[in-house]
Amino acid sequence: MSPSVRVGMKATHETQNAGLDMASLSLRQVNESLQKAEAGSFVVSNPRGAHALAAGLVSPIDVTVEGHVGYYCGGMNQKASITINGNAGTGVAENMMSGRVHVKGDASQSAGATGCGGLLVIDGNASARLGISLRGLNIVVKGSIGHMAAFMAQAGNIVVLGDAGDALGDSIYEARLFVRGKVKSLGTDCIAKEMRDEHRTLLRGLLDAAGIGPEVDVAEFTRYGSARKLYNFHIDNLGSY
Amino acid sequence: MTGDERWIHTPPRESATFDRATIAEIHRAAATGIYDIRGFGAKRKLPHFDDLLFLGASISRYPLEGYREKCGTNVVLGTRFAKKPIEIKIPITIAGMSFGSLSAPAKEALGRGASAVGTSTTTGDGGMTEEERAASSLLVYQYLPSRYGMEPDQIRRADAIEIVIGQGAKPGGGGMLLGQKISERVATMRTLPAGIDQRSACRHPDWTGPDDLEIKILELREITGWEKPIYVKVGAARPYYDTALAVKAGADVVVLDGMQGGTAATQDVFIEHCGLPTLAAIRPAVKALTELDMHRKVQLIVSGGIRSGADVAKALALGADAVSIGTAALIALGDNHPRWEEDYRKLGTTAGCYDDWHEGRDPAGITTQDPELTKRLDPVAAGKRLANYLSVLTLECQTIARANGKSHVHNLEPEDLVALTVEAAAMAGVPLAGTNWIPGRGPQD
Repeated sequence: MSPSVRVGMKATHETQNAGLDMASLSLRQVNESLQKAEAGSFVVSNPRGAHALAAGLVSPIDVTVEGHVGYYCGGMNQKASITINGNAGTGVAENMMSGRVHVKGDASQSAGATGCGGLLVIDGNASARLGISLRGLNIVVKGSIGHMAAFMAQAGNIVVLGDAGDALGDSIYEARLFVRGKVKSLGTDCIAKEMRDEHRTLLRGLLDAAGIGPEVDVAEFTRYGSARKLYNFHIDNLGSY
Repeated sequence: MTGDERWIHTPPRESATFDRATIAEIHRAAATGIYDIRGFGAKRKLPHFDDLLFLGASISRYPLEGYREKCGTNVVLGTRFAKKPIEIKIPITIAGMSFGSLSAPAKEALGRGASAVGTSTTTGDGGMTEEERAASSLLVYQYLPSRYGMEPDQIRRADAIEIVIGQGAKPGGGGMLLGQKISERVATMRTLPAGIDQRSACRHPDWTGPDDLEIKILELREITGWEKPIYVKVGAARPYYDTALAVKAGADVVVLDGMQGGTAATQDVFIEHCGLPTLAAIRPAVKALTELDMHRKVQLIVSGGIRSGADVAKALALGADAVSIGTAALIALGDNHPRWEEDYRKLGTTAGCYDDWHEGRDPAGITTQDPELTKRLDPVAAGKRLANYLSVLTLECQTIARANGKSHVHNLEPEDLVALTVEAAAMAGVPLAGTNWIPGRGPQD
C-alpha cells in the first residue's frame, strides 16, 4: 500500500510512491499536489476516466496513473514523467513541452497534438489526428495509427511500428514521419523520402528512448515528409487543396 | 442646331447591379485568376449603430449633470468562476491581434495605450511578445486553433485566457500569414521556416464541439489553478446558440465579434458575405444569457465596427458589458493616416482606403515586419494617440449615459433607444423612431 500524500504539500526527493486516490480526492486536489511537487514519485489510483489529470505539471517528478484516463492527461507537461497504466482519451500529452508521457494502452484522437518537446510513447494503437500541428515533440507508437496523423505538423518526429491510416502527413511542414508498416494513403504534399544515415541514427535513438530493442530494425521503416510544394501560395496549386 | 443633339445617345448610366466597383473586380479576377485577399473589415454598408438613436432625458427621465455627477465606467470580467477576475476602468478593450500580422512596436503601442487608461489588450496568433507583456498591465492571452507560439508559461503570465472559436470577419475561416511577413523572429516564434506562408487553422486540433470545449476549459483552468478568467470568442454566426453553448461549456466571458470586425488578411468575398452585422448579433446573445440567468454574471464583450463613444453606448444599452476595438485602435495608432499619402499612392491606393495589410508594406509601420517601415512607428507616441482615442470614446459614452440619467454606463438599456430604420428596429429589438413598433415582436413580447 502506497503512503498517502497530504493534499497541497510540497513534495521533495524523499516523497516516493506517494498515493493520490481519486476515490476520495478531487481532480483539483490531485493536480494541485502534482503541480506543487518539485520532486518525488506519485501513484494516482482510481482515475476513473478523469479529464485533465496530471495536466500542467512543471517539475521532474514521476507520476504513475493506475487506470484509464479521459481527455488531456499530461496536457502541456513540462519535465514530468507520466506513465498511464491504461488507455488515454483525446489529446493525451497535448502541447507537451518536455518530459515523458507513456501510455501503456491505446490512445484516442489528437494524441500529442501541438506538442513542442519531450517524448510520448504509446504501447498500443493511436486514433485519428495523432501529432496534429506537431511543433517538436517526439512520438513513438508501437501499434498502428488512424487517419490524418501529422496534419500540418511543423516540427518533431513520429515513429509508427504498425500501419498508418488515410491522409498521413496532410499539409505537413518540417516534421519527420517514420512508418514501419503500410500507409493507407498520403495526404496533400506528403511524400516518401530517402532514409539517409542521419535519419537512421535519429530513428534508432527514438526507438531506444522508447525502450524498443534492436529486434526492430530501422531498415524496415520508410521516411515521409513534406514535398514543400505548397509552402507559398501559388494559383497553379489550387487543385492540390 | 436645335440643342437636342445631345439626346441622340443615352447619357452614361451606371448600373446598380454592375456598378464600377463590381466591374473593376470582374476585371481584376479575369486578369489574375485569384480572389482578392485583403485586411480591414466589411466595407459594404450594413445596418449598424448609426441606425439607432438615444432618446435622452424628458419629463419622465431625469438626467445627470455633465462634468459633475459621477457616471461609472468600470467593468469586472470573469466573476463566474475565476479566482482572480480582472477589472478594467473603461468599457472598451483592445481586441486580439497577432505579432506577425502587426509589428512589434504596434503591439507595444497597443499595450501602452490600453494600460494608460486602465484597460486590457490581447495577444494573437504566435503567442506573447516580451514588449507586449511589459507594456500591458492587463493582457488577455488568445488560445487559437493554430496554437502558434502557445506555451503554458505564457498562459500563466497572462491575466485572462481567450479561447478563439472564430472572428466576425471570417466566421469559420482560418488565416494565412503570407511569407513576406514571416521574418526570422516571427518564424521562430511559430516553429516554422522563415518566408513560407503560415496557415492558421480554422478548427482546434484537439477538441470538437461544445462538450469537448467544456473539457478544454477544464484543462485550462486546472493548468492555471482556476485563477484566470476564461473568455470564449465567437464570430457572429449563430449568437443565440453560440452564447448558450459557451455558457454551458463554462465560459466566464463571451466575446462576440460582428462581421464588421477587422482581420489581418482573408478573402474579400468572405469578409463581405459571411456572418451577422454586429447590430443583429447582440440581442440574441443577450437573450441567451438572460434565459440562462447569466446576464451580467457571464460578461458579454461585443466587437465589430465600434468607432465612437456613441457606438460603445449603444452596444452597452443593448446588453453588452464591454466592447472591443481592433481596426479603430490601429487607425488611432496611425493606420491610413494622410501623412503617408505619398506612399499610399505608390501602392495604388490612398489614405482612408488602404487595406492590403497582408502584404507587409504598410507605410505607417503597423501591419508590417519590414525593419525600415517598422521604425516609422514610435510605440510611445502611438500609444499616447491610442490612449487619447480611448479617453474620447469613454467621455462620449459617459456623455450619452448621463443625458439618459445613468450613473453607470451599464445602466443604459434598450428602452433608451429607438431605430431609424425598420431593419435596425427588428435587429436591435427597439421601436422604430416615433412609433411603438418593434418589427417581429408580437403584442405579448
